[in-house]
Amino acid sequence: MADIPDDLHYSKDHEWIRVEGDTGTVGITDHAQNQLGDIVYVELPRVGDSLEAGGVFGQVESVKAANDLYSPVSGEVTELNETLNDDPEQVNKDPYGAAWMLRLRLKDAGEVDKLMNAAEYEDYTKKITE
Amino acid sequence: MITKATTHITQNEALIFERSQPGRKGYMLPALDVDETPMDELLPAAFRRSDDLEGVPEVSEVDVVRHFTRISTWNYNIDLGMYPLGSCTMKYNSRLNERVARIKGFANLHPLASEEDSQGALQLLYELQQHLSEITGLAAVSLQPAAGAHGEMTGVMIIRAFLDARDGVGEGDRPRRHVMLIPDSAHGTNPASAHLSGFTVKTVRSTPEGQTDLDALRELCAAGDVAGLMLTNPNTVGLFERNIREICRIVHDAGGLVYMDGANMNALVGWARPGDMGVDVIHLNLHKTFSTPHGGGGPGSGPCCCTKELEPYLPVPRVVRAGEDRYKLDFDYPKTIGRVKAFYGNFGMAVRALSYIETHGADGLREATEAAVLNARVIAHGLAGDYHKPFDDPPMHEVVFTDKRQARKGVHTLDIAKRLIDYGFHPMTIYFPLIVQGAMLIEPTESVGRQEIQQFIEAMRAIAREAEETPDLVTNAPHTTRIGRLDEAAAARKPVLRWRPEEKAAVA
Amino acid sequence: MLRSVGLNSPEELFDTIPADILLRDLLDTPSALSEPELITRFESLAAKNAAAHRPNFLGAGAYSHYQPTIVDSLISRSEFFTAYTPYQPEISQGTLQAIFEFQTLVCQLTGMDVANASMYDGSTSVAEAVLMAERVTRRRKVVVSGALHPEYLHVADTYVAHAGIDLVRAGFDEHSGTTNFDELGALDDQTAAIIVQSPNFFGCVEDLQTLSERAHKVGALLVVCVTESISLGLLREPGASGADIVVAEGQSFGVPLSFGGPYLGLFATREKYARQLPGRLVGVATDKEGRRGFVLTLATREQHIRREKATSNICTNEGLIALMATIYLETLGRRGLQEVAMQCAQKAAYAARRIAEIEGFSLPYSATPRFNEFVVRAPVAADGLLRRLASERNITGGLALSRYFPERPNDILVCVTETNPRSEIDALVNGLAELT
Repeated sequence: MADIPDDLHYSKDHEWIRVEGDTGTVGITDHAQNQLGDIVYVELPRVGDSLEAGGVFGQVESVKAANDLYSPVSGEVTELNETLNDDPEQVNKDPYGAAWMLRLRLKDAGEVDKLMNAAEYEDYTKKITE
Repeated sequence: MITKATTHITQNEALIFERSQPGRKGYMLPALDVDETPMDELLPAAFRRSDDLEGVPEVSEVDVVRHFTRISTWNYNIDLGMYPLGSCTMKYNSRLNERVARIKGFANLHPLASEEDSQGALQLLYELQQHLSEITGLAAVSLQPAAGAHGEMTGVMIIRAFLDARDGVGEGDRPRRHVMLIPDSAHGTNPASAHLSGFTVKTVRSTPEGQTDLDALRELCAAGDVAGLMLTNPNTVGLFERNIREICRIVHDAGGLVYMDGANMNALVGWARPGDMGVDVIHLNLHKTFSTPHGGGGPGSGPCCCTKELEPYLPVPRVVRAGEDRYKLDFDYPKTIGRVKAFYGNFGMAVRALSYIETHGADGLREATEAAVLNARVIAHGLAGDYHKPFDDPPMHEVVFTDKRQARKGVHTLDIAKRLIDYGFHPMTIYFPLIVQGAMLIEPTESVGRQEIQQFIEAMRAIAREAEETPDLVTNAPHTTRIGRLDEAAAARKPVLRWRPEEKAAVA
Repeated sequence: MLRSVGLNSPEELFDTIPADILLRDLLDTPSALSEPELITRFESLAAKNAAAHRPNFLGAGAYSHYQPTIVDSLISRSEFFTAYTPYQPEISQGTLQAIFEFQTLVCQLTGMDVANASMYDGSTSVAEAVLMAERVTRRRKVVVSGALHPEYLHVADTYVAHAGIDLVRAGFDEHSGTTNFDELGALDDQTAAIIVQSPNFFGCVEDLQTLSERAHKVGALLVVCVTESISLGLLREPGASGADIVVAEGQSFGVPLSFGGPYLGLFATREKYARQLPGRLVGVATDKEGRRGFVLTLATREQHIRREKATSNICTNEGLIALMATIYLETLGRRGLQEVAMQCAQKAAYAARRIAEIEGFSLPYSATPRFNEFVVRAPVAADGLLRRLASERNITGGLALSRYFPERPNDILVCVTETNPRSEIDALVNGLAELT
């Protein structure tokens, strides 16, 4: 069973966001990394890029697949997790911790309310894997 | 019982850089026979390299010969046996074709030699164009594209140029009709090529029977923005598109054009022609259908064939007849998409393909197709009891199976493919097309005899039994090769893409 | 066999093809030739290619060089030429290791960090470099030297016609024979790259160092194109002059002229741009027991995975030609490559000096450093002079530049390589002198 921490918000594209003040930290879920298999590369945007909710912010690659990463909310990128360049396998090992991908300054805190909570996301992943 | 290959010197060949010894030479050149110009007069020091080519190997001739001979033994190849890669058409590469491509009058001919000094080469290109036109039922041919994807790009650019001329260019260089329809079963090169011409790709789904879904096609065409359809026929699950005439009609009625990916022409040569089906433009793969060698990944050749209506847009120069027994390069096509390659295409491949066509003759071409389809049919028949066959229609030159039955025991397509190596066969195409989960696409071609087909079928059936009884044997395959399965994830995470002097030899 | 699958006639194999498009008659192609008949026919066709049998001073993107015997002998092994793309590494290590060596050699020669497994040829490599520069910089203007091979420029134009890239042609300094720096002043913060060929189409060596500084100042890339790759044995490697992408035509590395193909595109770049490379890449991998092997890697860049978002649509490349070049480069090796390059440059210098002494002839760019090609200005129309050289002296004397530049009726591009003994050069000089 995939791990789904209670304190995060989730998107239908399997990204999570942790909100602290007007800052959001974004990564992909345990379910997502499981589906993707061994992650070999993570491509991130640049600091200062502005992201749209639902827009593509990067790519995550396994040996035989490349998948887009979608931003759960809108905002401006303030920080990137550069360690993923050297150790992309952290996405497999610790998707909610060491493998956070970027931080952004939220544009509209209201967007967070449209995301799923842990229980809703658990139902959602169950439904799509059936 | 299969035992592991014994270690031999041929199994331990290092990189050539690791074999290098200062002072060794593998070449002979005549002495310089002109008065020497002083170095600084020849070229100022700032323009000369100063690294003395450090790291480039120093080896003897016999070092080079042994090096490549040894590593060559680690390759599977067509001459060793059946190479049943679906959609790749791995047929026998005749030595005669190799011989004639090496005739000095071809091999030593400079592409910028004057027309009168290259009449034989121009005639050869012209004649090949004529034959390919007859084989495809399409009026005009360009031999310029260097490979299938290149021919595809050329074909799509022709569609774009034709539509721009007919409909005018849209805003910001966007084509007025900007949607290129591509079935979900298509080769990845199709969408990549369409993208280069500024088209947006929309997917046409396939029916559960493995045919293009006509209703889905009609619906997509109704939007009025369709530039064309890129279709492979027989499609990538090995089935002839029974509704091909209707498919072409729907696209034409909607104002679009039909591009056919000719990767699977080995199922049709001498039996049916894309031009008669309503196709507007097609690329061929001389390295598939016309037996020019794959060479470990090329060179290929991807001639582009089209209707009279599209002819003005073909790349320049065109090779045309300029009178009785006289041929020339014609640049005077003002509507051309331009050039897609310097000079005139992979001429050496054209020589081989013409040799293939002429040694087969019209009846031989038809028989080869027949044999290719029959061989696939025998495999379809022989394996249907052991592997899940997702489509009921009789296949053309290739047949798709899946790992559905074996997966229950934890044995997947990749494992079956690797185990096939232990039985002395190259694996089939795996996990393609993408619409078939765990796909195994098998194309025997006409180049295998009955006995070998039976051996292949028996090997596959043996693997099916092993999957039931000793699944670990399959999932750990291959067991007979010099190296085992490689860690591709680690290779992609920290890519090492070249040798560097400081790297120590890590010989197996 | 037919009966074993429940059929009675071959026609039944094609039952799924609608009857109205099924061919009833044989194709209208010739009937079969036997092996001796075919050889006779092809030899008679080849005999009509008079230029293949003469001393040759034509270059301009395709070069005559000596090919050691073992090159053709080794590439003719079934294991190499009848193998497929190495998608199954366990039974393709020969091809994979050869490509890894090829990538390494291309890096060494160009002075770059990474190189791919080959492109179709030099011209398409330039086009792909333009597209890559746009991906890397996200800028849409590319400045192309006016001294780039005209056919390469034409190919780049075709490739980018609908890519939203503005190809700006920089000028050409008629005095020096090199790219016009002043017009390159049009470089700005929208410029993705400068594309420059060196030695350029007219044989002149460009000042890559200055060009790279100018490009980098505005955040643009320097793309260097080499058509005569043997020059890399003598000229400063483009990587050392600051090039960001180096593309080349590798035909000079032991590949026959073959009327323009198959040839070999070389494509190299800096480590940081590796994931933006078009085409295949081979990398090191290990198996469970720690043995070294090679695999196709970083495949997610490619069309079979990323489809329309791929870095290129290329699939089949020039595998066997890359192998040819690899065997050539390893046979010539560190010393041989420098020796061949030196002989080319020395012989060209000798030829240029002798031609310049002929009454009425001049070398318009004689003050600029060159490698083995140079422009000769004749006192008469180049076209007719070259025709007479061919028919009366049996020499292919070079390229009439009017083929690409009608405003240059008297200019000839002459190329000299190690395959031209002094006697041929002297015969060329005498021919030029006596036929004008």
